[in-house]
Amino acid sequence: MLLTTTAISVEAAQAATQAAPHMDPLHHFQVINYVPINLFGLDCSISNSVVWMWVAVGVVFCFFRYALRHPEMVPDRLQSVAEAGFLFIRGIVEENIGPGGRPYFPMVFTLFFFVLFCNWTGLLPGSFTATSQLIVTATLALGIFFLSIFLGFYKHGLKFLGFFVPSGLPVLLLPLMVPIEIISFLARPVSLSVRLFANMTAGHTVLGVLFFFAATLPWVGSWLPFGFSVIFTGVEIFIGFIQAYIFTILTCVYINDSLHLHH
Amino acid sequence: MESLPASFIGMGLAAAGLAGSGIGLGFMFGKAIEAFARQPGAEAQLSKYVWIGAAFVEAIALYGLVLAFIIMGKG
Repeated sequence: MLLTTTAISVEAAQAATQAAPHMDPLHHFQVINYVPINLFGLDCSISNSVVWMWVAVGVVFCFFRYALRHPEMVPDRLQSVAEAGFLFIRGIVEENIGPGGRPYFPMVFTLFFFVLFCNWTGLLPGSFTATSQLIVTATLALGIFFLSIFLGFYKHGLKFLGFFVPSGLPVLLLPLMVPIEIISFLARPVSLSVRLFANMTAGHTVLGVLFFFAATLPWVGSWLPFGFSVIFTGVEIFIGFIQAYIFTILTCVYINDSLHLHH
Repeated sequence: MESLPASFIGMGLAAAGLAGSGIGLGFMFGKAIEAFARQPGAEAQLSKYVWIGAAFVEAIALYGLVLAFIIMGKG
């Protein structure tokens, strides 16, 4: 008799712990494969990350298509927004690369709006933030990194190696400075990718924790995290923009470093 | 030491790096406000750099937070 009651109480305790709300703030970063595809040992599955990148691209594409469907001399409201985005990126490119930066404008423009809308679509409830995966941001950052190396060698040939030798230094200091310059150059894709990834992951985790508290606390306590989550969503919109902006500016700076050797 | 409490302590230590970022942000915005007070005309130009700098400083704190999450995943 005693045994059965303890067994029941253990079962009840287990059921209670399972039914109780369990805080798992990293749950919405899980990649779920919808259509598993395996190409020659490479995992090319269509996951929720891929789907939400498509959504981001589709939103940008449809927005610009719709906003610029009848381009007028005097723009209407949507056309002004599209043109403002265009001028904004052109300003960044001209400021950081200079007049020779025009050929890189399409790439920088695409990059900015891709990152921006990946950040922003991730704020929709139930969505997935593609930029909160290190592999996505690392792919973007490594692409920019190899592009800058390629451009440097293409424009300057082997003289590009002079990039790692700071000018105006005594020769005695060079064995110390050249490795530092090389390491700081190699750290560029790491810092570029981890900055975006960490910002997105941390911001969405904080939102997840706030929503958990808003949903589980009794009414007396829940209004505080609920109100704060509203404010923090606004902050996240701002951070998503700032991070896309930083990503774009640093891309321009890296391309500029390869095009114009300063040292 | 048990591995679970040790991992919690490690998480706390990793997240403690946020303090440095807080000091940096306060210093930066304080200096920025000082600059705006001295030169109100330069506010539009300077605020751009303030936000870029804020994103950089904030990113340093988030590296620590990411480390904390990695430890949470292992613990």
